[in-house]
Amino acid sequence: MAWPNPTQVMGKPSTRVDGPAKVTGAAKYTYDVQPEGWLYGMVLRSKWPAAKVTRIDLSKALAMPGVKAAVLAGGEQRTVAFYGQELAGVAATTKQACEDALRAIVVEATPLPFVVKEDDAMKPDSPPVFDGPNVSLPSLMENGQVDAAMASAPVTVEAELRTQVQVHHPLETHGSTVSIQGDQVKAWSSTQGVFSVRGDLANYLQVPQTNVEVICDYMGGGFGAKFGARDHDKLAAKLSQAAGAPVKVMLTRLEQGLAVGNRPSSIQKIKFAAGNDGRLIAADVTNHGSPGISGAGKSAGGGGGSGIATPYLYNFPNVRVQQFGITMNTGPSSAFRAPGHPPASFGTESMMDELAVKLNMDPVEFRLLNDPFDVRQREYKVGSEKFGWAAKYKKPGSSPGPVKTGVGVAGGGWGGFGKGSEAEAQINPDGTVEVRCGTQDLGTGSRTVVAIVAAEAFGLRPDQIKVRIGDTNLPFSGGSGGSTTTGSVSPAVWDACQNALAALQQQTGVADARGANWPDACKKLGINPLTARGKWQEGFAGSGAGGVDFAEVEVDTETGFVRVKKIVAVHDCGLIVNPLTTTSQINGGVLMGMSYALYEERVMDRGTGMLLNTGFDSYKLTNIADCPDIEVVLIDMPERGVIGIGEPATIPASAAIANAVANAIGARVHSLPITPAKILAALGKVPNMTSA
Amino acid sequence: MSSKPSSPALDRRTFLKGLGTSAVAVASVQVGAMADEITKAAGPGGAGLQGPGPVPVTLTINGEKKNFQLEPRVTLLDALRNYGPLTGTKEVCDRATCGACSVLIDGKPAYSCMKLAIDSQGREITTIEGLAKNGQMTPVQQAFIDCDALMCGFCTPGLVMATTALLAENPKPTESEIKRACSGNLCRCGTYPHVIKAALKASGQSVTNNTTVIQYGVA
Repeated sequence: MAWPNPTQVMGKPSTRVDGPAKVTGAAKYTYDVQPEGWLYGMVLRSKWPAAKVTRIDLSKALAMPGVKAAVLAGGEQRTVAFYGQELAGVAATTKQACEDALRAIVVEATPLPFVVKEDDAMKPDSPPVFDGPNVSLPSLMENGQVDAAMASAPVTVEAELRTQVQVHHPLETHGSTVSIQGDQVKAWSSTQGVFSVRGDLANYLQVPQTNVEVICDYMGGGFGAKFGARDHDKLAAKLSQAAGAPVKVMLTRLEQGLAVGNRPSSIQKIKFAAGNDGRLIAADVTNHGSPGISGAGKSAGGGGGSGIATPYLYNFPNVRVQQFGITMNTGPSSAFRAPGHPPASFGTESMMDELAVKLNMDPVEFRLLNDPFDVRQREYKVGSEKFGWAAKYKKPGSSPGPVKTGVGVAGGGWGGFGKGSEAEAQINPDGTVEVRCGTQDLGTGSRTVVAIVAAEAFGLRPDQIKVRIGDTNLPFSGGSGGSTTTGSVSPAVWDACQNALAALQQQTGVADARGANWPDACKKLGINPLTARGKWQEGFAGSGAGGVDFAEVEVDTETGFVRVKKIVAVHDCGLIVNPLTTTSQINGGVLMGMSYALYEERVMDRGTGMLLNTGFDSYKLTNIADCPDIEVVLIDMPERGVIGIGEPATIPASAAIANAVANAIGARVHSLPITPAKILAALGKVPNMTSA
Repeated sequence: MSSKPSSPALDRRTFLKGLGTSAVAVASVQVGAMADEITKAAGPGGAGLQGPGPVPVTLTINGEKKNFQLEPRVTLLDALRNYGPLTGTKEVCDRATCGACSVLIDGKPAYSCMKLAIDSQGREITTIEGLAKNGQMTPVQQAFIDCDALMCGFCTPGLVMATTALLAENPKPTESEIKRACSGNLCRCGTYPHVIKAALKASGQSVTNNTTVIQYGVA
C-alpha cells in the first residue's frame, strides 16, 4: 500500500480548515465550554514545599454565598511534597466566590525540611523527599573500552553543561469541565488524548468507560504535558458529583507553573575524544537531572523522566553513559516536546563544537565526517549553502568591535512514526462529506491533515470536507504525542475514504466518482448516506526525521545582550502533507528552542521552596520583537510516507544558538538559558553568579 | 457615543490621595483609613457606594448595549467571557502579561483583564466577535488565515485585535512597527513570523516566501 504518486492535494499548501473559526472567536475551546448551570471550580494548593497536613477544614468555605461544593483532593491527614500540591477544591457560581472560598479554607500542617535545588539535593545530608536517597541509582550504558580509548586519544574536550527546568506554558492552561449525571459522565478536557482522559476518569469514578464521553474540539496548545486525567480534572469530577452541576476547573497561570509538568533539568559532565583525523573515538557522559517529585531515575526521557538521549546523534566506538535522577520538592515533570532531546543536543553539540575548534576543523565539515544519518548529511549541505556558511564562519571571537557576530549549527533526530488509528467517512447524497476520527488537534493542524487526506481520496478541496475530531464517541485514535499523529491518522483516514469511495462507486455504478463526477455520483445514493470505516495500514507512514538548524547571532559584549538575526532550519518529514502548516511547526519549534536557549528557566526559591517566576512577567518567553528571520527548507521524500515534525522541529535550535554565541564571543556559556549575566561572566567582565 | 460613565464618587486617585503615602502604617491602621475613605467617598448614607454585591452594569459590546448584574470587582474579561458570554476573547494569564484578552476600547487596544467591567461603561468595546460583519471577515482576519498566522489559535483573537488596531492607526506599517505593535501579545506555538506576514498582507504590502521545498537527491 502506498500514497498516490503524484498527489494532487497532499504536498500543496492548504490553509487551515478551522482558520475561520479561530480568527472570528467562534472556535470553542475547553476553556470556553459553558454547559447549562455550570460552576467555576478552583483548587486549593499546598503553600508548603513539604509538610504533614493535620487538618483541612472546609466548613467555612462551604457556608459562603455562592459556594456549591468543597471537597478534599486526598485525605485530610497527609504528607505533601511540593509547593502547589493539590489539597482541596471548591465550586461556586462565580470566579470571585471561588477565590473567597479558597481563602476561607483552614489548613493546619507541620512544615518539614525540603530541598528544591539540584546541587542541594545531591548532597548526602539533604532532607529526603521520600524514603531513601534523593539521588537514584544510575542507569548505565557502556560499550567498548572507554578509559583506555580516552587515555590514548590525541584530542579530548571536557566540561560540565547544564540545562534548566522548562515549563510548558501552553496558552490554554490545563483543565476540564466535568458534568456528572447519575452514572453518566461528560467531560470537556484540554487534552492531547481524549481516550486517555476517558480511561482515567472511568477508573477514578468507577464507572464503565462506555458511560464516559470526553471531548476536546479545540485546544490551546499541549507540548507534551496534557495526557490523562490529572488531580485537578479528578477534582472537577468530584466537585460535579458533590454540587450536582457541571464544574469547570481551568488552572491559573501560576498553577500551570507549579504542578502540571515541566522539562527536567540536566547536569551533564561530558568528555569526548577524537583522533587527529576528526573521527570520534570515545564519549564518557554522566548526567544528573531532576524531574522534581516524579520518579527519579525510573523513567527515560520519553516518559518525562530525567534521562536524556546522550551522547546525541553520533556513534562513538567507545561510550559510557551514566544517568541519575534527582528527587526534589518541586512539581512533577512530564513529557515535553522531544523529551530528552533538546538538553542532549545542547550538551553533545556544544562539545562537538569544542572538539572542532580544538581540531581546527570547520564545524559543518566535522559533523559531515561523523554524522551517520544520510538525511542529515544532505541537510548540512543544503543548509550551509542556503545560509552562506562558508562565508560567514570565522574563528571563535574573531568578529571585530564590541557587538560581535557569530554563527552556529546543530542537528537533531526523531522517530515520528505513528500507527493504530481508526477513522470513518460518511458521504451524503448532497455531496457533502464528513470524516470522523477520535484524534485531537493541538494546534499542529491535524484537523486540516484529515481534510487534506480525504480531499486527496475524493478529488475534492480540503474545505469541502467536514472534519469531526476530539471526541471519544468517534473512531479510536491514540494520544497526540511523540509526533505520531500525522503518521497514525493519515493512513486510517485514507483507508476509510478508499473504502467509502469503492462503496460509492459500486452502489452507483459510476466508474470514477472523484472530482468532477462527485456531485452526480453522490446524488445517485438517493436518500441514504454511505458510511465506511477504515484503519491504519502499512506503507503510508515512515519514521526517522532529521533536522539541522543554522543560527546567526549578534552579541553585545558590553551588555551581554544576544540578538538572533537569522535561522535556517532544514528538516524532513517524508511526504509533506501540508507545507504551510509544516512551516508553521518549524517556525514554532525554532522559536521555542530559542526561548529555551536564551530566556526560559523555572526559578525555585531555596529559602521558601516556592516558585519565584510565577507568570510571563518573570518567566520569559520569546516575544515577536525577538523574532529572527527564519528560513525553512523542507526536504521532500514522499517515498518514505508521512512522518511527524512537531518535535524534531524544536530540537536543534537551542544548540545552534548556543554554538553561535560561543562562536561570536570566543567563550562558552555552559548553561541554559544563556543570559546577559552569564555572557558577561564568560567574558570575565563580571563574576560568575550562583543561583539564589 | 462616549457618554460619560455614571461618575462614581470613589475614583482611584482620590482614594489613594486620601490614604496617604505613608508606608509605615500598620495594617489595622490602613484598614481603618480605607474604611474612612470609603465612607467619605460614599457620601451621606452611603449613596455613592457600589458593591461588594452585584450592581447594575451596562456595557456597549460590538455596538450593542447589554445589561449585567456584576460585582464591582468583576473584570471586563470576566464579564465578556462568563456573563457575555463572548468567549472569543481569551483568558491566559489574567495579569496583563500576554495580551490574549485584548479588545478594542474606543478603538484602542486594551487588555480586558486589567479593566473592571464597571469602569468600562460608556465605552465602545469591540471584541473578536465584532470584527466580521455579516459573515464577511476583515482583511486582517483573512490574512491571518492565508498566512497561517495561527496554530492552536488561543493567542489569535488577541493578535488579530492588536493588528487591527495597528492598521487603523498606521495603514502601511513596517516590519519593525508590526513587531512593536504586537509585542504585547505572546504566542507559545511560535506563530510570530506568520503574524508579521499577515499584517503586511492585510495592509496590501508584499510578502516574501520563506519556505523552500527540495526534492531529496536533487541538488
